[in-house]
Amino acid sequence: MLTYNTIDELCQAAEAAGQPISRVVLEDQAAQMETAPEVLYARMLENLKVMQNAVKAGMAPDLRSASGLSGGDAAKMQAYAATGGITGSFLNHATARALAVSEYNACMGKIVAAPTAGSCGIIPGTLLSVLDEGRCTEEQAVMALFTAGAVGMVIANRAFIAGAQGGCQAECGSAAAMAAAALVEVSGGTPRQCADACAMALKNQLGLVCDPVAGLVEVPCVKRNVAGIAVAFTAAEMSLAGIHSRIPADECIDAMREVGEALPCALRETAQGGLAATPTGQAVKKRIFGTQPE
Amino acid sequence: MNVFDIIGPVMIGPSSSHTAGAARLGQIARKILGAPAVRAEITLCGSFAQTYRGHGTDKALIAGILGMRPDDERIRTSLELADRRGLHYEFKTASLPGAHPNTARIALTDAQGHTSVIQGASVGGGNILVSEINGMRVAVTSQYNTLIVLHHDVPGVIAAITNVMACSGLNIGNFQLSRPQKGGHAVMTIEVDGDVPPALTDSLKVLPNVISVELIEAV
Repeated sequence: MLTYNTIDELCQAAEAAGQPISRVVLEDQAAQMETAPEVLYARMLENLKVMQNAVKAGMAPDLRSASGLSGGDAAKMQAYAATGGITGSFLNHATARALAVSEYNACMGKIVAAPTAGSCGIIPGTLLSVLDEGRCTEEQAVMALFTAGAVGMVIANRAFIAGAQGGCQAECGSAAAMAAAALVEVSGGTPRQCADACAMALKNQLGLVCDPVAGLVEVPCVKRNVAGIAVAFTAAEMSLAGIHSRIPADECIDAMREVGEALPCALRETAQGGLAATPTGQAVKKRIFGTQPE
Repeated sequence: MNVFDIIGPVMIGPSSSHTAGAARLGQIARKILGAPAVRAEITLCGSFAQTYRGHGTDKALIAGILGMRPDDERIRTSLELADRRGLHYEFKTASLPGAHPNTARIALTDAQGHTSVIQGASVGGGNILVSEINGMRVAVTSQYNTLIVLHHDVPGVIAAITNVMACSGLNIGNFQLSRPQKGGHAVMTIEVDGDVPPALTDSLKVLPNVISVELIEAV
């Protein structure tokens, strides 16, 4: 049985079995949950379908959240992506997907928390982009969700995945690390390359604070999902190019925990610091909640 | 924790703790009542009290009380649905000393006038912790399938319950017993590994001195 205490353990188990991380995780989870691997695969496929539907539904131009802060930006991005833009169609369409899922979440749409609702656009924005562009099969994408999930379990065990505990680095940072590992696996990378990508993605989000305006999962969360996919793609590309993380993934996770614990409470989802505390952030809060008791 | 705690749950946004966890708390309140509710009085404290409208916490709680799961797309329109189904609801805010920041106290009444009260918190990632059922201290998480057994506080009930469970090969991971006073009602909170067959809860319900058995399924 796997303990999910280290990324190194996942790599060793995969290497020993001569299989991708996803395969050993699927078999281990089936054993731990006392059910058949096919059942878990089918359940993960359902999650993938929910993500696909969220991408589609989130592209609606007239989508708006109850606060009026979110909705409609994915549609703008999608239209812009068709023109090519600066970095090309792939990244811009991926950006539109990440926005779509995050905005759909803000508008009370059905999403898959991955690992949280606030960071739910990063895995669809990356993995579904690779799938939609025909660069991997549906089965590879579903299996890669097991790899992403295993990385998230290690992060949850060694550190945290909640913004209230560790800031946005724990949510969007973890999601980017999970996505980076998944991207490497579907692109044919080794388990060690998955670990390198995970490490590099996490390193590049260290210190990111959680400062939601009015305490809502909207500003800046939606756009931070876009930052998350950019970090995940570049970390995966570096790893596939043969670049190693000088700091191993497990030590990066430990560093994330230390940084998160050192963050002041005002920057851990309490809506008291950062962007939430700006004059505009405060004005938005007043407009939405008026004179409700503190 | 399993892989679906990380890639999951499937839920209605925007917040796993303010929306998904809230729906789950409502669902448990409805299960404990054991019949459709006609009245709901919900007291919110901490972060729930401050931001419930923006997060749709009110809609999620009512949806749960109407029996919807956290991934039910009707959560968005649950308040209208409550009106149509004759559920009268009222939200209040209060400070509950020592309570978790995302705490709700849900008092329900059914058409026959039976009432039940639960208090619980949404503790992150859609997970919850119900700390009180009808005045009795419990610790119900949504991590495992959990049986809530309300019974008379007399000798032999625990043995009878666990014996039936043992005979069907069900392993108990965690067990807690609580009673407000000796000889009155008591409640068992039993977390189990694996699935609980409906036939098992039925056979527990007919045991002597057992008042009710509710299964709270894991997320």
